[in-house]
Amino acid sequence: MLELIDVSTYYGNIQALKGISLHVEAGEVVTLIGSNGAGKSTTLRTIQGLLRPRQGRILFEGRDLQTVPTEEIVRLGIAQSPEGRMIFPRMTVLENLEMGAFQRRDKPAVIKADMDQVFDRFPRLRERMTQKGGTLSGGEQQMLAIGRALMARPRLLLLDEPSMGLAPMLVSQIFSIIQEISAEGMTILLVEQNARMALTVANRGYVLQTGEIVLAGDAKDLQVNETVRKAYLGEE
Amino acid sequence: MKPWQKTVLYIVVIYFIFLLGPTAGLDIPRIVQAIAQSPSLLVTQLLVGLINGAIIAIIALGYTLVYGIIELINFAHGDLYMLGGFAALTVMGAFGMQDGAPFISAIIPMLAALLVSAGLCAGLNVLTERYAYRPLRNAPRLAPLISAIGVSFIFQNLGLFWGGLRSFIPIMGNTAAAPKSFPDLLPRTDIFQALGIQTKIDFTVKDLVVLVVAAGLMIGLNLFVQRTPAGKAMRAVAQNRDAAKIVGINVDQIIVLTFLIGGALAGAAGLLVGLYNNTIVFTMGFTAGLRAFTAAVLGGIGNITGAMLGGVLIGLLSALSDQYLSSRWTDAWVFAVLVLILVFRPSGLLGENLQEKV
Repeated sequence: MLELIDVSTYYGNIQALKGISLHVEAGEVVTLIGSNGAGKSTTLRTIQGLLRPRQGRILFEGRDLQTVPTEEIVRLGIAQSPEGRMIFPRMTVLENLEMGAFQRRDKPAVIKADMDQVFDRFPRLRERMTQKGGTLSGGEQQMLAIGRALMARPRLLLLDEPSMGLAPMLVSQIFSIIQEISAEGMTILLVEQNARMALTVANRGYVLQTGEIVLAGDAKDLQVNETVRKAYLGEE
Repeated sequence: MKPWQKTVLYIVVIYFIFLLGPTAGLDIPRIVQAIAQSPSLLVTQLLVGLINGAIIAIIALGYTLVYGIIELINFAHGDLYMLGGFAALTVMGAFGMQDGAPFISAIIPMLAALLVSAGLCAGLNVLTERYAYRPLRNAPRLAPLISAIGVSFIFQNLGLFWGGLRSFIPIMGNTAAAPKSFPDLLPRTDIFQALGIQTKIDFTVKDLVVLVVAAGLMIGLNLFVQRTPAGKAMRAVAQNRDAAKIVGINVDQIIVLTFLIGGALAGAAGLLVGLYNNTIVFTMGFTAGLRAFTAAVLGGIGNITGAMLGGVLIGLLSALSDQYLSSRWTDAWVFAVLVLILVFRPSGLLGENLQEKV
């Protein structure tokens, strides 16, 4: 479904991604783990077209995304819950979700039904429907960011550090929701620092280190891999 | 603010009010007496301030919209409004309008002038964005600012040139740089008198028309921004540009739309001021622009309601100062109040703290 071939992305003269290649197949949950500054978010931003690779190709269902503008990439079916959540702080929860469906040309009733689905998934958001996004707690903002991405009806969902800054209870709640979404058939590319949680929900994983993929494999294998256990699972 | 800074500030304020104040017209017993003598004059003056303020507010919206989206102070905006006035006057000339033409016969020319001046200013603003600001989008922030000042001078000279086209546009009069008289088309029928209400308050049909049009534009803009998808997209881009891209908003399109709307409002304001004050001049964009920019900052730049509030406030202050303080000191008073408000509320009256939760 999605394929990155030897992608290099730069911030000015600093090379953030050093020729990474990865692929995500339909229906899979693939996780990209790595420490701070490894290039995980850069990878997602590059896929979304917010950053352009200097080298390499990004193919989505066979189509090269190199010159496709971000709004068109969204329309093709890639939506993202970005790093730092990036909800619209002075818009209500309802408006934030509406914005998620911005590029859709569906009838209002169809969009309304999807919104109800999001509210069923995140009952807290329904309670806070008319509240401004900026007044929500961190966990609620994360739910809103995921809900907003779902409103685009994507075929590939990019999740950037959904567990960041959340209490352990909320983290497991968010992860069980990710599992739910995946069980309904969504393809997910999940970026996480919390490798333990990420590997339990993922089918496959890639380990990113200073802009390079150093390990790849089935999530089960990565969970027992010596290097991963030491570096990312905090085990001796 | 530290306590000693506050003390110094209070001393400065008190000094201004009690020692410099009287020189600048702040003679409190005289003002109290004047108001007691003729309360209706106060109301009349407030109405004048309200109308002038509404026009300032419409120009201020152009500053605040653009700032909200791309954080640029578009210094050419005031001069754009001036060109709107010139476009309106040209249309009036083309229709052969003169002072005191019957109101009915002036309706179509006025609507045409509104269309032409709003359309011209919207187009010019979009072109300016495309060729003067967009290439500098990723440059240091001072670069587009200087570019905007440059565009401001270009517009001003364009206005001067336009004013000198007397052989094509006789209504421009003989001297390019001189103030042009704008035909007085709105009836000065006193509304209260016509209704048979005995009062000394002056409120004419002319005042009402300008006020209604200005208020209509502001309400329309508010509805547009709050209710329509394009308006919501504008707010989204203003609040978080990357997030706007992620949900599939074409940010460039929204920026163009913002300049289009801001420009159209400036054009409409140019027509309104011509109809209301009956005189336009090529330098009026600078002073009006300064006041409108001030209004936008006063209300909290980037905040639409704030720009409206700031505009009306400055209009009211100016009108009161003109009547009760000293018209020569009006600008000083207006800006003194601005300084005071900003010292206590640096983000403006309705400006928000831009801190967001991580």
